[in-house]
Amino acid sequence: MTSPYSPGLQVDLTVPGRARVELDAEPGAVIAVIGPNGAGKSSFVRALAGLVAADGTALLDGTDLLTLSARDREVGLVFQGQLLFPHLSALDNVAFGPRSRGRSRRDADRTAQDLLDTFGIGHLAGRRPRELSGGQAQRVAIARALATEPRLLLLDEPFTGLDVTAAMALRIELAQHLASFDGVTVLVTHEAIDALTLADQVLVLDRGRVAQHGTPQHVAARPATDHVARLVGVNLVRETDATGVEALTTFSPRDVTVSLRRPEGSARLQWQGSVASAQQHGDAVRLLVDCEPPLLADVTPQAAAELGLAPGRDVWLSVKATAVRRYGSADEDQRGDR
Amino acid sequence: MSPRTQSQRSHRTDPLGRPPLLLLVPAVLAVALLVVPLLAMLAAIDWRTLPTSLSSAPLRTALWLSLSTSTAAMLVCLVLGLPVAWLLARVDFRGRSLVRVLVTVPMVLPPVVAGVALRTAFGRTGLVGEPLLAATGFAFPFTAWGVVLAHTFVSMPFVVLAIEGALRSADPDYDAAAATLGATRWTTFRRVTIPLALPGIVAGMVLGWARSLGEFGATITFNGNYPGTTQTMPTLIYVTRQSDQDAALALSLVMLVVSVAVLLLLRDRWLGTP
Repeated sequence: MTSPYSPGLQVDLTVPGRARVELDAEPGAVIAVIGPNGAGKSSFVRALAGLVAADGTALLDGTDLLTLSARDREVGLVFQGQLLFPHLSALDNVAFGPRSRGRSRRDADRTAQDLLDTFGIGHLAGRRPRELSGGQAQRVAIARALATEPRLLLLDEPFTGLDVTAAMALRIELAQHLASFDGVTVLVTHEAIDALTLADQVLVLDRGRVAQHGTPQHVAARPATDHVARLVGVNLVRETDATGVEALTTFSPRDVTVSLRRPEGSARLQWQGSVASAQQHGDAVRLLVDCEPPLLADVTPQAAAELGLAPGRDVWLSVKATAVRRYGSADEDQRGDR
Repeated sequence: MSPRTQSQRSHRTDPLGRPPLLLLVPAVLAVALLVVPLLAMLAAIDWRTLPTSLSSAPLRTALWLSLSTSTAAMLVCLVLGLPVAWLLARVDFRGRSLVRVLVTVPMVLPPVVAGVALRTAFGRTGLVGEPLLAATGFAFPFTAWGVVLAHTFVSMPFVVLAIEGALRSADPDYDAAAATLGATRWTTFRRVTIPLALPGIVAGMVLGWARSLGEFGATITFNGNYPGTTQTMPTLIYVTRQSDQDAALALSLVMLVVSVAVLLLLRDRWLGTP
């Protein structure tokens, strides 16, 4: 296949039985890939890295990655769980890539030391992975992936397993590094905050398919999957009209009114069910109500006490028409900000 | 160990309850079965004649031959067996299970049968032996190389299986990580797989070495029993025992000491478990 040279990443690939993904990204772009377990996120990333077989094309700066072996791709992969070589020091881990690609030992070591310095862990160069904290080890893993000067950086759940403080610090640091990285970054994550703070495109995978694709703001405001709705903490209701067209309605748990009797108003925005759980959420009490579909509702602690909102309590939920956003489920791939 | 930790240990009770007698009794019997013969042997040794027995020339010759041929066999097993183990552990090829079975067969084969098989292959009129003799004038049987060959034949299965296990327990995702960093498979093998599996590889080699050191059946069937060229410690012990019980015990003691010494040495250094 001949294609006019175009920088960035143009993907249309299928990992048989696992995932089918289309994606178009410009150099410097950061794409967050989100979706539930088993949605095909890791398969997609491993296919780009050349670790699982895939059909189709994945053009990186005009070269089809899928025709190259893993070692010949200009791709850096940060594995879930880091996979730092346990018998090598931090420096040797980072220098491994440049050395494998034929650079001299001195040269590779200098590159590695520079990268470790950039990540603020230059003084830990001599340590083995087991002597590093989770956050430090993750920095070494990212430095190792960047040491080969990849055109495509793949990060597979880089914050998983870190404590909250370490994850937040690394997030801020990573944002700075990604801002100066002129290749394409694909970031697999299960945290809404990563998609919202680090990415300029979000790719939502569900059961091996792209369920939604757009800017983080767009995806957060108009989630197409239950998974994303849960991640950003909003309610999502699906309705299919007589012609079979599906419409989605989303609204915040804050805008839900909880009452013990059937409320006035549009029946379309009312649900009856029993409280499944009640948990402190910020300064409110967040209820999960077992209706069709299950919905979240935030109430004040006083209201929760007055209405006796304990698990098992039957309640009515309603929301004002002005507080909901309605859109079609085919409403995707709208990447422009609005 | 300090007295304090000792007393802590003795006061500790297993929260799951005492081990059942039905398991405890057979376990004690098993250990006794393994230890009693060795103790009996130590008790039967005549310590007054021991120095004379130990300084005999046949012992020194046989011990040296045993140590050197076992070490040589271990190295052959490493050079040939490690690649087989790697292929079995890391490459998905057709007939992998069959190869594993074929490699394992000598492990369950009676050593005497192994000796007969080696004869028919590498004897002077054997399938491989005859052309080899014609081409080079060299034949394996009745030489120290024949001993190494017999040792290798019986030890290789142990070495391959042990090393394959070690390679399998080294996470193949590290190989994947190395590949994404641009490493060839050879570089990955050398710089990642081997270092990660090293303790297991060394354990496999020790196992092979110990197996060679005790090899008797295949060696004597293939090579006979010639002092200086093919008479190893086990064959010497066997021959000596027919004439001089005390000398046979002394020789056995040497083997026991050598085996235990190697085991302890490597256990501390490599095998890690207390």
